[in-house]
Amino acid sequence: MLEIHDLHVKLEDEDKQILKGVTLRVPAGEVHAIMGPNGSGKSTTSYVLAGRDGYVVTQGTATLNGQDLLAMEPEARAAAGLFLAFQYPVEIPGVGNMTFLRTAVNAQRKARGEAELSAGEFLKLVREKAKALDIDAEMLKRPVNVGFSGGEKKRNEILQMAMLEPTMCILDETDSGLDVDAMRLVADGVNALRSPERAFLVITHYQRLLDHIRPDVVHIMAEGRIVKSGGPELALEVEQNGYADILAEVADA
Amino acid sequence: MPDSAVLDIMTPSVGGQGAPDPLSMRLGTLPQGGATTAARADALARLRAMGLPRPRDEYWRYTDPAPFTDATVAAQAVDPAAGDPPLFSDVDRLRIVFLDGRFDAAASDDLTLSGISILPLSQAQAEAGHWIAGAYGRLEAAGQSPVPRPFAALNTAAATDGVVIHVTGRAAKPVQILYRRADAAADVVCHHVLRLDPGAELTLLESGLVGARGNLVIEADLATGARLHHIAALRAGHPRVSLTHLFARLGEGALLKSFSLSVDGAHMRSEAVIDMAADDAVAHVAGAMLGDGRQVHHDDTVFITHAGLRGESRQVFKKVLKNGATGVFQGKILVRPGAQKTDGYQISQALLLDEASQFLAKPELEIYADDVKCSHGSTTGAIDETALFYLRSRGVPRERAVVLLVLSFLADALAEIDDEGLRERIAERLEDWLNTRPAAVG
Repeated sequence: MLEIHDLHVKLEDEDKQILKGVTLRVPAGEVHAIMGPNGSGKSTTSYVLAGRDGYVVTQGTATLNGQDLLAMEPEARAAAGLFLAFQYPVEIPGVGNMTFLRTAVNAQRKARGEAELSAGEFLKLVREKAKALDIDAEMLKRPVNVGFSGGEKKRNEILQMAMLEPTMCILDETDSGLDVDAMRLVADGVNALRSPERAFLVITHYQRLLDHIRPDVVHIMAEGRIVKSGGPELALEVEQNGYADILAEVADA
Repeated sequence: MPDSAVLDIMTPSVGGQGAPDPLSMRLGTLPQGGATTAARADALARLRAMGLPRPRDEYWRYTDPAPFTDATVAAQAVDPAAGDPPLFSDVDRLRIVFLDGRFDAAASDDLTLSGISILPLSQAQAEAGHWIAGAYGRLEAAGQSPVPRPFAALNTAAATDGVVIHVTGRAAKPVQILYRRADAAADVVCHHVLRLDPGAELTLLESGLVGARGNLVIEADLATGARLHHIAALRAGHPRVSLTHLFARLGEGALLKSFSLSVDGAHMRSEAVIDMAADDAVAHVAGAMLGDGRQVHHDDTVFITHAGLRGESRQVFKKVLKNGATGVFQGKILVRPGAQKTDGYQISQALLLDEASQFLAKPELEIYADDVKCSHGSTTGAIDETALFYLRSRGVPRERAVVLLVLSFLADALAEIDDEGLRERIAERLEDWLNTRPAAVG
């Protein structure tokens, strides 16, 4: 599904290397987690994969089902099946959530050569998906993310994911700012989307989210590299001992 | 100001003994005024005393007055196939049609409507004893101080036609002033007078193609508790030279909401002069404007005077500029002594889609009362890259994402339209324009 090989990335505006050789393979049907201390390059990895401006890839490759992601515009990456749930979902005043969702869904369908959904078909689909995430009609009518609580914003991200049905989902600190109930709701939304054809890359600081979304593989990132990979027990180790032990162990090796 | 001084400035090279002064050349032959003859003569005297504006004048620093002062106007081809703009076509409304600035009875609807009496200016002034004799030009004259507005006086003196509306109750449906043009060189001067009785309510829509050059004045006198909703949407893509003035006086508890939509055009200035002399009056003036190209110059100039207690005023202006277009905003809130508990708000914002465009803003507050709340803000910015990335990451192509963000930027101005149906129509039209002319924004 997702293959990242020796990815080196620097900031466009300053001579600062953020990623220093990330290599990662997420097969279809699996959930991988990336954990790591602040500034290790976790969010940068997600932005570079989704195509945000401001970064320069100096070395390495990233492919989605064999397609060269780094050569594509962000909208083409989305149409190819990539989805990034934002750490800080953006507020767009004056644009209704429904309009936004429908525009996105139909733009992707069009890009893939599929027929656009009619207003009726779309409405039926969005109501069904919204209900599962406890998103009411009022929230769908409001402008995108405007006046939403932290939990509502994250649920709205998962709703977009459910509507767009991507094959590769990246969740960038989706747990940040969520209370326990909201996290469970979000995790349930994600778990409902798990399937043999779909893969997840969950970026998080904390073990908590991984109690709800059980990962197959946990990667530890530090200073722009994946320094250790393992099973779910690696997340527990981080939870109990922090990153210091792991980083020291890696440095010694 | 003596005319000779104007002459020196206006005609530096072609002046000379015996040359007619530019004001006379600009005015040409004045129409017969009937009941408005005296008011027109007064306006002419005001105009001669003021002279035409010069680029050095405080309120004309950002907008060149020349296209408005020139004796003649360049012809603008008329596209006979263009038809009326569809904007309000499905609204149940009463249409008053002006062709090249003259009332077109055959094309207009029956002017009979419950709660309202409507007459073309040309007919009203021909009626002996019509109330227009005492109303015509009165708010314009009052609005000449402290800032002179010579083109409004010129309009009062020279208007060829207009509409005179007396609203006695709740107008049964919106009234639309629809401008059409046939003459490529039409130099249109229309003057509309609205009088709203206590508690009366009217929605006034303005749309269409005014002319190669248009000078429009609306005088609106709102009695106690009267409500006027005004939406002006002048046609897109037409290289028009246009100057409009709205003069309004608000009685106690009266409400005025005026919104203007402007797309492209050439050289435009839209002035609102609002007198809130009575207590508890509310005035909101707002505008959304899109301009693409170096020829586009659009100026909103607003002057709101609070003299009554607890007055509330809002100015919300948004401009989207591209390819060298220029936007201007000059907005003033004047709070007179004793106008306590005034709540004045003003925001002007420009979205620059490239570095060739510019926005010039001059917010002014002048406050002589000590218990008031007045705020103003002005911003100039580019498309928010984070929001653009967010939309694109959901698969929305760049061009379409920019359209959505432009609509998002304009939303606050559109929100000033009370009627949801009309607001949605304006939003839909804007979106159509943006989608069919992606070059205009993306």
